[in-house]
Amino acid sequence: MKAQLILENGMVFEGKAFGYLKETIGEVVFNTGMTGYQEILTDPSYCGQMVVMTYPLIGNYGINLEDMESSKSHVRALIVREKSDYPNNFRCELTLDGYLKSQKVIGLEGIDTRALTKVLRDHGTMRAIIAVRELTPSQVKLKIDAFNNQMAVSEVTTKEKYTIEGKKMHIAVIDCGIKANILRSFEQKGCKMTVFPANVSAEEILAANPDGVFISNGPADPKDVPETVATVKALVGKKPITAICLGHQLLCLALGGNTAKLKFGHHGCNHPVKDFITNRVYITSQNHNYYVETLPEGAVVTHTNMNDQTVEGMYFKDLDIYSVQFHPEACPGPTDTAHIFDEFITVMQGGKLNA
Amino acid sequence: MPKDNSIKKVLVIGSGPIVIGQAAEFDYSGAQACAAIREEGIEAILVNSNPATIMTDKEIADKIYIEPLTVEFVEKVIAKERPDSLLAGVGGQTALNLAVELHDKGILEKYNVRVIGTQISAIKEGEDREGFRALMNRINQPVIESETVETVEDAVKFARKIGYPVVVRPAYTLGGTGGGIAETEEELCDICSSGLHLSRVHQVLIEKCIKGWKEIEYEVMRDQYGTCITVCNMENIDPVGIHTGDSIVVAPSQTLSDREYQMLRRASLDIISACDIRGGCNVQLALNPNSFEYAVIEINPRVSRSSALASKATGYPIARVSAKIALGYGLDEIKNAVTGKTYACFEPTLDYVVCKIPKWPFDKFYTAKRTLGTKMMATGEIMAIGNSFESAFLKGLRSLEIGQFSFKHKKLESCTLDELKEKVIIADDERIFALAEMLRRHYRVEQVCKITGMDIFFVEKFRWIVEQEELLSEMEYEELSPAFLKKLKRRGFADKAIAELLDVKEEDIRELRFKWNIVPVYKMVDTCGGEFEAESPYYYSTYDEVDEVEVSDKQKVMVIGSGPIRIGQGIEFDYCSVHAIMALKKKGIETIIVNNNPETVSTDFNTSDKLYFEPLTDEDFYHIFLKEKPMGVILQFGGQTAIKLAKFCQKMNIPVLGTAPQHMDEAEDREKFDEILEKLHIKRPKGKAIWSVEEGLKVAEELEYPVLVRPSYVLGGQGMEITYEAHQLERYLLNAFDRDPENPVLIDRYLMGREIEVDALSDGENILIPGIMEHLERAGIHSGDSTTLYPSVNISKEMKEKIITCTQMLAKELKVLGMINIQYIEYKNDLYIIEVNPRSSRTVPYISKVTGVPIIDLAVEAMLGKKIPELGYGVGLYPEPENFYAVKVPVFSTEKLPRVEVSLGPEMKSTGEVLGVGKTVEEALYKGFIAAGKSLPMQGGTIFATIQKYDQDEFVEIAKRFASMGYKFIATDGTAKKLEENGIPARVVEKLSVPPHNKFVNEEDEIFKLFRNGEVDLVVNTPTKGNDSKRDGFRMRRIAIESSIQILTSLDTVRAMADIVAKQVTTDQTDIYDMGARRHE
Repeated sequence: MKAQLILENGMVFEGKAFGYLKETIGEVVFNTGMTGYQEILTDPSYCGQMVVMTYPLIGNYGINLEDMESSKSHVRALIVREKSDYPNNFRCELTLDGYLKSQKVIGLEGIDTRALTKVLRDHGTMRAIIAVRELTPSQVKLKIDAFNNQMAVSEVTTKEKYTIEGKKMHIAVIDCGIKANILRSFEQKGCKMTVFPANVSAEEILAANPDGVFISNGPADPKDVPETVATVKALVGKKPITAICLGHQLLCLALGGNTAKLKFGHHGCNHPVKDFITNRVYITSQNHNYYVETLPEGAVVTHTNMNDQTVEGMYFKDLDIYSVQFHPEACPGPTDTAHIFDEFITVMQGGKLNA
Repeated sequence: MPKDNSIKKVLVIGSGPIVIGQAAEFDYSGAQACAAIREEGIEAILVNSNPATIMTDKEIADKIYIEPLTVEFVEKVIAKERPDSLLAGVGGQTALNLAVELHDKGILEKYNVRVIGTQISAIKEGEDREGFRALMNRINQPVIESETVETVEDAVKFARKIGYPVVVRPAYTLGGTGGGIAETEEELCDICSSGLHLSRVHQVLIEKCIKGWKEIEYEVMRDQYGTCITVCNMENIDPVGIHTGDSIVVAPSQTLSDREYQMLRRASLDIISACDIRGGCNVQLALNPNSFEYAVIEINPRVSRSSALASKATGYPIARVSAKIALGYGLDEIKNAVTGKTYACFEPTLDYVVCKIPKWPFDKFYTAKRTLGTKMMATGEIMAIGNSFESAFLKGLRSLEIGQFSFKHKKLESCTLDELKEKVIIADDERIFALAEMLRRHYRVEQVCKITGMDIFFVEKFRWIVEQEELLSEMEYEELSPAFLKKLKRRGFADKAIAELLDVKEEDIRELRFKWNIVPVYKMVDTCGGEFEAESPYYYSTYDEVDEVEVSDKQKVMVIGSGPIRIGQGIEFDYCSVHAIMALKKKGIETIIVNNNPETVSTDFNTSDKLYFEPLTDEDFYHIFLKEKPMGVILQFGGQTAIKLAKFCQKMNIPVLGTAPQHMDEAEDREKFDEILEKLHIKRPKGKAIWSVEEGLKVAEELEYPVLVRPSYVLGGQGMEITYEAHQLERYLLNAFDRDPENPVLIDRYLMGREIEVDALSDGENILIPGIMEHLERAGIHSGDSTTLYPSVNISKEMKEKIITCTQMLAKELKVLGMINIQYIEYKNDLYIIEVNPRSSRTVPYISKVTGVPIIDLAVEAMLGKKIPELGYGVGLYPEPENFYAVKVPVFSTEKLPRVEVSLGPEMKSTGEVLGVGKTVEEALYKGFIAAGKSLPMQGGTIFATIQKYDQDEFVEIAKRFASMGYKFIATDGTAKKLEENGIPARVVEKLSVPPHNKFVNEEDEIFKLFRNGEVDLVVNTPTKGNDSKRDGFRMRRIAIESSIQILTSLDTVRAMADIVAKQVTTDQTDIYDMGARRHE
């Protein structure tokens, strides 16, 4: 079935729809990872977004039930050059097409994804509509303008508090749309976790008496969740805090810094980050549209992006606060920075980093 | 950490001659490394024996030594130049081995030279099988369990430990025989005992069988501070068991999930960290397709063929970054030269698919055993880029120049399914076509996967291609719809393939496409998937909407490259292409190169102003022409590959710079050329095309024996031969007409004279001959296989005059603009012409270097309209040097190709060449032979001779000289008798007996034992008839070469060796010469 991707600037890309065939509106971002489409589909941080894969062949190894980063797909649409009709892998359980159908997510194939990527690079991230029938320009404008993603975190956060048992330290996790592998990473280290919805209050967390607090990744603009920022603010100085991605941005806001939107974000598995603790460069997995623009007072920069010099990690020695912008849990992407979880645990146990 | 400022002068070791397994990729990496070093203000001293390389140009290094790559000669260079550092990692295994040897012999310590980049201890750890295995065990990386055993009992014991099936690999066997997979203990005992018997060293390797596992490679980089990255990963379509150099390879991996990809990436980085690699490294892994089980196959702690491929596949300059790391930089301090913005410390991401297909030499070596295995046999490779797997693969297929534009393979269409099945199971170079033919006959995809070990992902793609081919075959031209045509083009189908399947002409499809506006656009290779703006002018075609090429309004010229490296068309032509680009750039003309060989300098992203990585076919070439509209295209530097486009250029009115296509045709068309020669009164050996055995015998009588015979169409089966008597000719002709009764056979009188070769420049009026070359071996041996002397030694002044006149007349008559190559024979004081090539030849780099005449620069000037007298190098013959000789010696890879004829003849066999320079011919020859790996028999050595009767008198004279110097002779019956008659004692041995069934040799034969025990220093054999693998001479030569015994099949070479031995030239007495300083004395 023919379908059109219409960008908010009026540009049109025509392709063939697959997956679940229905009109969709969202924000278009591109991801440069050559593998990992399944993790991307199920990463809650993509809530509200249509993801363009720059690698042209997507779906080659199908979908399995082991590599899910959450219980469902969160993307609004998956835009590819070519989806694989004959996937193969010893763990392949579903085809990409079948999975998208089951998740009620539309796919669009046959797109000149490189041309689209360059448009997004030059114009910045844009809202768009995937139309499965003819629409007039005014209809398109109306629909696109009606789109907003401000409720994304509340869509993806856990509705109820839950606990993952562990024998070692106890972490209070603020779930803004957490990826499963972050939980798995802490779990493997024996941590006990109490996972709270994003709108949790500081009192509730303190009542659980955790050793430390972890703020997760999640979708959209950190300024969309002021209540979470307030919670974090109330926890500062009371508990050690660590965070990844959106959590890192929320910490920034809570501590008096400022965040801003990147032109087209960082979405991929090949972002070099200089680690000033080990004085080495690591290749990291990244997925964010916003970044720490102004550092809060007292922050020590632990990590910097080698491509655009943006802040990728910050540490507050006295406050026992440490956060990173990139994804040490990988999935998809390199596992080079898995040691960050050890550093998180050190900080949450009240230890100090050599930064 | 910034650059290490104590590094002032670096010795870079090259990889020597092109042989199978070590080709142009090291010229590319060496040249890139030298540039990276020199831009830091550090002096680069280069040593390499291969003159046909860009890296040995004066523009590349500060001092250039084209000297043998032996410890002795490299020590001479070190002693003279006193470099403080040595870079070993860019010259392949040759350079690595030399560096280790120089270290172990204390030479580096003696001269205070340190190794930069990966250290010797790390190299040793990575290369030593046991050491590497111990290291892998320490860091918990799985390896394939294996053990070398010398008895069947030990083999059984080990197999019980690791479990069946096991692979048995005998060490050093003949004809690639022996070995196999044992499923049971009984089979193991069988295979192992025969393997032990066949092995020269009585050893076999028992290895856990991982047949059917995927072979995955990672190209990784690490700096001395511990930062490491992967540049690219690659997946072999052929599973483990077929050498990666002989496998079809795709980048990035297609069938690995992120979890598998990251698991193997992590393993690769852990391994190079443990090995303390500083620079580039290649890690080969095997992955069980049914689990997460994997094993490390091996690492190459240096840049490699795979790293050249990865560089071209991603745009990431691995050799350049490796050199910077060696100089002390960290990965985060080296700029990404492609984007100009980001750093070398990132991982390229691809937004296209790359496919590499090997190019095998079996069209030349049709007797060879074509089975692919763990030893590489390909001479070269092509790479193709597309945004689907199908388009990358199909572009690759037509880049191979094997006449295949689709899967339809004439020969295989007549095979039965059983035959096809055997072909894909045993796996030879045509397996992919056999596989497609099976799919065409509806053989089950799943079963194809099972018997080949290929992933169904790829086989389904092949099946899709076959399906479209079938649709086309059943379709009428009129039924072809725009939508279907567009779909096919998007998936990489060539017009020619579509036309053949529809049974119409290629131009019919082209016209249709243009009518329907189905034309390609070009996309950029930028390392980053479009995320950042890039400056790299590196493109490939797709059938998309948006084109990324910005066409400038500057004057521009398109240079056509030479495609994959093969026998007869090697790195020399890339040298010419690159120089043409440099010359054009100097003139301020924008340069565009089109080529498909990932190993080369010409396809480096910054060689030309624009690089189109595309097949070199009429269609692909034409699209680029239409896009760029250059003022002209240059064909004469890209060998036969580029010349093939001449007809098309003529037809389409595409301006060709240099000699016009119709004149090229005159030189290549036998009849037209004969007319020209007649008109100019230039002689050529008399000859005729004949249609029957009787006619042939009659013509031969008229011409007088010996005669040179060859089929007018080479169908792969029979080559040229020199016949001395009627019965030999009769046998040849019977055979030839039996194979192909449709076409004539050409008979030429064979003049046993001196062969002379000339490369000349012409502006249409005047010519310049940079040098006249004399072949050491007489006519009858292909010029590419001859030892070539410059300046000539035996050509008289008068003859030179004659050569100049003839060359001038021909160049003028053929209206040559640019290069022409002519081969002459001097016979009984007369000059005959045997071949004219209206293009640059393989001797151009050699002669440019030894004369100092920048031939290609001048040729480009001439093509653009300058007159030769204006160029400052005079006209006629360029002055020959005094007290300086430069000898080009061919190098062969025959030992790597089972069942290939060893003896030299009219068909080219060599893969590479080396140069020997000296003050005397003998010194130059000596160094040339040493560089080519030809060992001279030691004083008092033993020579084994078996000489055909026409050569025996001549041999006796040479033998006398050797005998007087204390050499002993062993000979077969006839030769021994002849020697004895002439007072030379010779031990007689029996000829080889008929071997038992299924064996190449009877191991009880005396000759076999002599060779195997190393009792012979040199084998001299002049063969009677070539190319018959059942004949004892053929087998004897194979046994010699596979026993690593020096064998010579031309008496001229033997005589030259006698000269050297008589003069007692030794390495100590020879000198070394900076070739950079020779130019423009």
